[in-house]
Amino acid sequence: MRFPVKKVRTAALWAVPVTFLLLFYFYPLGRILSISLSRGDAGLFEPFVEALTSPSMLKIIGFTLWQATLSTILTLMLGLPGAYLLARYDFRGKSLVLALTGIPFVMPTLVVAAAFNALLGPQGLVNVALMNLFNLSQPPIEFINTFTAILIAHIFYNLTIVLRMVGDFWSHIDPRFNQAAKVLGANSRQALMRVTLPLLMPAIAAAALLVFIFDFTSFGVILVLGGPRFTTLEVEIYNQTINLFNLPLAAALSAIQLGCTLGFTVLYTRLSRRVSRPLSLRPQATTQKRLTTWQSRLFAGIILTLLVGLETVPLVALAARSFTVLSPERGQSTPVSQRLTMAYYQELTINRRNSLFYVPPTKAISNSLIYAFTTVILALAIGLPVAWSLARERDSPINRVMDPVLMLPLGTSAVTLGLGFIVALNRPPLNLRASPVLIPLAHTLVALPFVVRSLTPAIHSIRPRLRHAASVLGAPESKVFQHIDLPMVGRALLVAAVFAFTISLGEFGATSLISRPENPTIPIMIYRFISQPGAINYGQALALSTILMLITAIGMLAIERFRFADVGEF
Amino acid sequence: MIAKTIQYFLPAIWMVLMISACGKAPQVNTSSPAATGTQATSAQGSLTVMVHDSFAISEGVIAEFESQNNIKVQFVKAGDAGTALNKAILSKDIPLADVFYGVDNTFLSRALNEGIFESYTPVGLKDIPDQFKLDPQNRALPVDYGDVCLNYEKAYFSERGVAPPQALEDLLKPEYKSLLVVQNPATSSPGLAFLLTTIGHFGEEGYLDYWKGLVKNDVKVVNDWESAYYSEFSGSSGKGPRPLVVSYDSSPVFEVIYAETPKVESPTAAVVGEDTCYRQVEFVGILKGTKNRSASERWIDFMLSPTFQEDMPPLMGVFPVNPDAHLDENFKRYLVIPEKTVQLNPERIAGKREKWLNDWIETVLR
Repeated sequence: MRFPVKKVRTAALWAVPVTFLLLFYFYPLGRILSISLSRGDAGLFEPFVEALTSPSMLKIIGFTLWQATLSTILTLMLGLPGAYLLARYDFRGKSLVLALTGIPFVMPTLVVAAAFNALLGPQGLVNVALMNLFNLSQPPIEFINTFTAILIAHIFYNLTIVLRMVGDFWSHIDPRFNQAAKVLGANSRQALMRVTLPLLMPAIAAAALLVFIFDFTSFGVILVLGGPRFTTLEVEIYNQTINLFNLPLAAALSAIQLGCTLGFTVLYTRLSRRVSRPLSLRPQATTQKRLTTWQSRLFAGIILTLLVGLETVPLVALAARSFTVLSPERGQSTPVSQRLTMAYYQELTINRRNSLFYVPPTKAISNSLIYAFTTVILALAIGLPVAWSLARERDSPINRVMDPVLMLPLGTSAVTLGLGFIVALNRPPLNLRASPVLIPLAHTLVALPFVVRSLTPAIHSIRPRLRHAASVLGAPESKVFQHIDLPMVGRALLVAAVFAFTISLGEFGATSLISRPENPTIPIMIYRFISQPGAINYGQALALSTILMLITAIGMLAIERFRFADVGEF
Repeated sequence: MIAKTIQYFLPAIWMVLMISACGKAPQVNTSSPAATGTQATSAQGSLTVMVHDSFAISEGVIAEFESQNNIKVQFVKAGDAGTALNKAILSKDIPLADVFYGVDNTFLSRALNEGIFESYTPVGLKDIPDQFKLDPQNRALPVDYGDVCLNYEKAYFSERGVAPPQALEDLLKPEYKSLLVVQNPATSSPGLAFLLTTIGHFGEEGYLDYWKGLVKNDVKVVNDWESAYYSEFSGSSGKGPRPLVVSYDSSPVFEVIYAETPKVESPTAAVVGEDTCYRQVEFVGILKGTKNRSASERWIDFMLSPTFQEDMPPLMGVFPVNPDAHLDENFKRYLVIPEKTVQLNPERIAGKREKWLNDWIETVLR
């Protein structure tokens, strides 16, 4: 009798997520791929042959893999010490550091490029300072449109994934494991390599996978910061679809990108099955110490400088610029005089040209927030049962299949899926092609892998014995959930919520394909301004970007502070 | 037992949560009729117009159309010009809208070959100069044009006593070394227009040599207009390092009307010599299968009328094709429209686009 009950329960947990994915992911994707491939005259396989044999395509696939691998390794190298600091030490302003390092995640690439340019461009602060200091005639640092720019930008964007996912998990691992190892004669390095890292592997692997897939499908960073000499699969899919209208080849490339994503995810799933184990997770309060020794303070100083330096200095430069007018002396290109202004912010509230599509900033903010909170609710509602099932009954057949499948939306080309919505969701009752409902649905597809990957390690680490003990003591299932599972998973739930929130706030690609012109989000408004000439347009783009940073930080801090029942206390 | 059954209800609860979450989003939508500024009446017709990202219209102008015709207009923005066209093509069996605006002459053949438009000959079409009418069957009707031209920062050249370039050939001269930034034609619409300018001027046999010369003279290539104009160009408020950029002939006017403090002179100017600019014409068409044919016709008549035509320049940076439409003061004062621009046959562009792009990539980026 037990077995079928379990099976039914697993199936029940999956009912909603599977329906959701079938309707809003597989159906549109399948439609667009089959329509695209059937447009070719040379048969279904020809575009695949072309994609996998032509030297230029192979070069693109190779480069995509190479830059993603390198970016992921670098992100981990900087992220893991940061995660350690945030996990093991309790210090003032920690949640602010977490919030600040999370802001880049939502920023539009065009704006980030402007920020990096203001710092490291040929006339950026750093180059100008170095030129003055050493009397150079040429800017010494070449950054924009280099491979380095791609790597740095990927670290800039994705560091927060490692900090949050690994940092949160790490903060619940009992430090006594490590202490025991040392008592037994291990040195710090051995304790790290043999005890701490193996325990952390589930979280590290999950974070690495997400970072890798983000880098693997990178679009804006490659286009804007990498420049014309670099092409990833995602960029080429866009190029083949929009510029050359070679839909069969675009579909083949999309399928290859998906296949790769699936491959990495299967690899990850195999790996994480081997490494994850139930642990006695501890509340943060018992695992963290204060920065008392000089070594710990020095370490904290270095890491914080690196993290905050990389993650916030470009943004601060951007925010500062949104309050500055640069005006050259009359008729001269130099010297440029600066003065403070609120003009860009004031201009945001004025519909000077009586444009029908003008929206006040408050409206754009509320649009963004409504979509973001809807995404949080949807992503948690769909992601929690999935994560639960994956962590609890991971050997059931449906879980084995669905585990890697869940990751696919993240590896799907935005332009392909966007067109998929157009060709699939075109009849009542699902005529959603121009419906604002599609926006949170699209955001949820991207947020779902984050929610599931944040929750699964935490759920899985709950010792079954704890739950059994509670049951034996007479607690009904619902009580067990409320008093054991919920508190222990609560922190991870908040991490998941933060991801869903930020993904929605920053999303541009899908939103721009489906947003109604009278209801733009903040990133859409930023794009509207920055795509027109004129100082006041550029200034308004920067002002809105600053507002976006602020909203993001406030939102993340608010979610962090969220306390309900025992959620967040752990 | 009850506890067990609760478990099976969990998904149901989640389902309710989901639906309630979904239910919230449409509320955003209910505010849109208010935003377009008209009261809904029961006898009203409706019209859906699909446009690209750059489309804009003023409140008064749309209100005039809606009240005169008793038609409620809903706009759907469908991404950049190329993306919007692809969406129109892929949805042609069940059209997303009644009318589609925003196909330009570089994409025109794709739209016509895919048969997304129905023919319509508006009365006003006879007043429009022939140079803009590129579809003899009147499926795609010209609405506006704009010229992709080199822009320069005036102060840079006046300070150094160097004359700004007059012709494409000038850009190969040593005094303009390291001064020019252009967009990648494979990723940017003005970038493609500039490539077409060089092909139109130097011919298919000569344009690659010209580009080799540009590379030798240290031309900088970036992927998008935004990076070129705001990060690389010194005449914009981004204050980049290079005083020459590929942009539009309307850009210097925008620098005046969208300045942070009122200006009497534009900091930039366009190079409008013979054959230095590429003319982009944008078209509108009635989507095949519309159930609102008469409302669609009225909308197109309206787009060609002076009211709409005069509304476009300050909002979109493009100019009327209707000679009866007048430009406003700022445009009269600051705009210089080139007399002879490069134009290439849309069919030729469609046939050669991929080859030209690949050859350009081989020559310039490798």
